[in-house]
Amino acid sequence: MTPIAMDTGALVRGLYCILPEMVVIGTAILVLLADLLLPEEGKKRLCHLSVAGVAAAILSALWLGPGKIEGFSGMIVHDGMGLFFTLTILAAALLTLMMATGYSEWEGTQKGEFYALILLSTSGMLFMAEGTDLMTVFLGLETLSIPIYCLVGFHRGRMRSLEGAMKYFLLGAFSSGFFLYGIALMYAAAGTTRIPVIASMMRDARLYGNPVFLAGIGLLLVGFAFKVSLVPFHMWTPDAYEGAPTLVTAFMGAAVKAAAFAALLRVVLLTFPAILPAMSGVLWVLAALTMTVGNFSALLQNNMKRMLAYSSIAHAGYILVGLTAGGVAGGQAVLFYVLVYAFMNLGAFGVIMLVAQREDDGYDIDNFAGIGFRYPVLGGLLSLFLVSLAGIPPTAGFVGKFYLFGAAVRSGYVGLAVLGVLNSAVSVYYYLRPVVSMYMAPAPEGIPVPRPPRSAFSFALCASAAAVLLLGVMPASALEFAERSVLSLLM
Amino acid sequence: MSGLLASLQFSSPYFPVIVLMAVAVGLSAGFVFLSQWVGPKRYDRTKYSEYECGVDPLTTSTVRISVKFFLVAILFLLFDLETTFLYPWAVLYRSLGLFGFVEMGVFVGILLVGLVYAWKKGALEWQ
Amino acid sequence: MIEPPAYLLLSAILFGIGVVGVVARRNILIILMSVEVMLNGVNVAFVAVGSYLGDATGGIFAFMVMTVAAAEAAVGLALLIALYRIRETIDITELKVLKW
Repeated sequence: MTPIAMDTGALVRGLYCILPEMVVIGTAILVLLADLLLPEEGKKRLCHLSVAGVAAAILSALWLGPGKIEGFSGMIVHDGMGLFFTLTILAAALLTLMMATGYSEWEGTQKGEFYALILLSTSGMLFMAEGTDLMTVFLGLETLSIPIYCLVGFHRGRMRSLEGAMKYFLLGAFSSGFFLYGIALMYAAAGTTRIPVIASMMRDARLYGNPVFLAGIGLLLVGFAFKVSLVPFHMWTPDAYEGAPTLVTAFMGAAVKAAAFAALLRVVLLTFPAILPAMSGVLWVLAALTMTVGNFSALLQNNMKRMLAYSSIAHAGYILVGLTAGGVAGGQAVLFYVLVYAFMNLGAFGVIMLVAQREDDGYDIDNFAGIGFRYPVLGGLLSLFLVSLAGIPPTAGFVGKFYLFGAAVRSGYVGLAVLGVLNSAVSVYYYLRPVVSMYMAPAPEGIPVPRPPRSAFSFALCASAAAVLLLGVMPASALEFAERSVLSLLM
Repeated sequence: MSGLLASLQFSSPYFPVIVLMAVAVGLSAGFVFLSQWVGPKRYDRTKYSEYECGVDPLTTSTVRISVKFFLVAILFLLFDLETTFLYPWAVLYRSLGLFGFVEMGVFVGILLVGLVYAWKKGALEWQ
Repeated sequence: MIEPPAYLLLSAILFGIGVVGVVARRNILIILMSVEVMLNGVNVAFVAVGSYLGDATGGIFAFMVMTVAAAEAAVGLALLIALYRIRETIDITELKVLKW
C-alpha cells in the first residue's frame, strides 16, 4: 500500500491552534488520575489543580493571540472571534472552579469526576466556539452537553436534581437529533460542511432556492434554539436550572450560553446575509417571543434559581436582537453582551449560593428578607448584579443592552428595539423584588447566617463585581476588542 | 424516486430483493389473517394462562435485573463502540505509518485512563 | 443503483419515526430508543450522500455520530437507573416535582 503523505507542518499547526483545548483536556485527565491517588481529605487539591489548568489554558490562549490560525484542514480555526469566546468561556470556568472551593465542601461535590466533568465540558465549549466545520460544531456541542447532563444530575439522591437532568437530557438529545439532521441536509445540498465554503456558495445563489438546503438550515436553527433556550424551545431551562446544583446552574448560564452563541454567530454572520430576507423574519419573531415570554414568566417566580432561569431565557432574547441586526455592529454587541452576561450571572448565583443554606427550598425569595443591612457586603453585591441584569446604569448590563438595541435601530429594526426596551422595563420589577425584600422587609427571627466564603470564593465574587462595574464605566477597550473580533470573522 | 421505480423492472439488480420482500410480506400477512379467519375461537381460563400446557409459572416473568448488570452494560456499550475506530485504522495501518501509530496510541491511552478510573472506582467488581 | 433521493426519503422516514416515538411515548427507555432511531436516520443520509459524491466525509461523520449516540445512551441509561432507584418508575409523566 502506498503511504499517505503526511504534512507534518500542517499537523503541528493544527495542534498549536487547539493548544488551550489540549491544556483543558489534559488537566481533566490529570484530575481523574489524581482522584484515584489522593486520600479523601486531600480532595480539595483537585480543585486547585483544575483552577491551575484553566489558568494555564487562558495563558496559552493569550499566547496564541488574535492572529488567524487554521488547523486540521480548516475544521477548526483560532481567530479573533475564537479568542474572544475562548477567553470568555475560560474566565467563566475559572470563576466557577474558584467558587467550587466552597460549594464542594457544603454540598458534597468534592469529587474528582465533578471537576473533570466541568473541564471536559469546557473543552467542548472551546471546540464549539472555534469550529468552522458544522461537524466540529456538533462534536463540540455534544462534548459540552454530555458532561453537563451528568453535572445537572450530580446530586443523585435529590429528586429535583435527577428530574432536571432527565428532562434536560431527553430534550437535549432530541434537539441534537434535529441539529444533526440539519447538518446532513445541508451536506446533501451543498456537498460540504465547511461553514466558509457554504457561505461562499450562498453568495453566488446556487443554494439559495434549494428546499433541501433551506430545510437543513431551519433544522439547524431549531437545534441551536434548544441549546440557547429560545422560546418556544425553552421548556427544559427552568427545570434544569432549578434542579441542578447551583454552581452548575451558574456555569450553564454563563459558559454554555456563550459557546452556543459563538457557534450560532459564526453560522448566522457568515451564511445568513445571502438569505437575510427569509431568515431575519424568523429571528425577529424568535427574539420577540423569547424576550417577552422569558420576562413575563420570571415575574411569577418565588424561587431565585427559577427566576434567574427565566431571566436567562429573556437574556437569550436580548442577545438574539443583536443577531437579528447582524453585521459588524450587531456582532460586536452580541460578543460584548455574552461577556458581560457571564460575569453578572456568575456573580448573582455566587451570592445566592452563600445566602441559601440548602438546595431546594433555601432559594425562596423570602429567605433573603432582611439580609441587606445585616450583611452589607453580600446585600450590596447581589444588588449590584441584579441591577446590572436589569440594565440600569452605570453597570455593564446597561452598556451591553444599549449596544444591542442600538445595533437593531441602525439596521432598521426599530420595533424590535422598542420591544426590547419595554421588556427591560418589565424585568426591573422582578430583579428589584429581591433587593426590596433584602432592604425593606423585616428580618424574620432566626435569620439564616450566610456561609462563610473561602478566600477563592470571595475573590471570584469580587472579580465578577469589578468586571461588571469596569465594563459599565469604561467599556471602550472591550468593545473595541469585540469589534476587531467580528471584523476578523467577516474579512 | 425514479430509482425506486426503476428497481421494479425485471432487469434491475434489485428486482429479486423486491420480489423477496413482496413474497415475505404477503405470506406473513396472509398467515396472520388466514388463522384469524379459519381458526376456531374458544376462550376459557386455561387458554388465557401464560403457558397453555405445562407447569404453572412460579413467579412473574419480569425478573429484577441487578443494577450491576446495567453498569457493566453501559461500560461495554462505550468501550465496544470505540472499536469502530480501530477497524478503519487497522485497514489503513500500513499506509498511515508512524503518524497513525502515535495517533491511535493517544486515542487508546485516553480510553485506558477511563478503564483504569472505572476499575479503581470499583465499577467492575461483581459483588 | 438507487439514487440519493430514495435514500434521503428513507432517512427522512426513519427520522420521522424517531420523532413520533419521542413525542408520543411515555416510557423513557422507549424515548431513548427513538432518539437512537433519529440519529441512525441521519446516518443513512450521511452515508448515502457521501457515497454519491464519492466523498469520505459522509462515512466518517457516520462513525462520529455513532460514537456520540453511544455516549448519550450511556449517560441516559445511567440517569434512568438513578431515577428508578428513587422513584421506581420510568414513566415521563411522573416527572412532575418541578413545574412553573
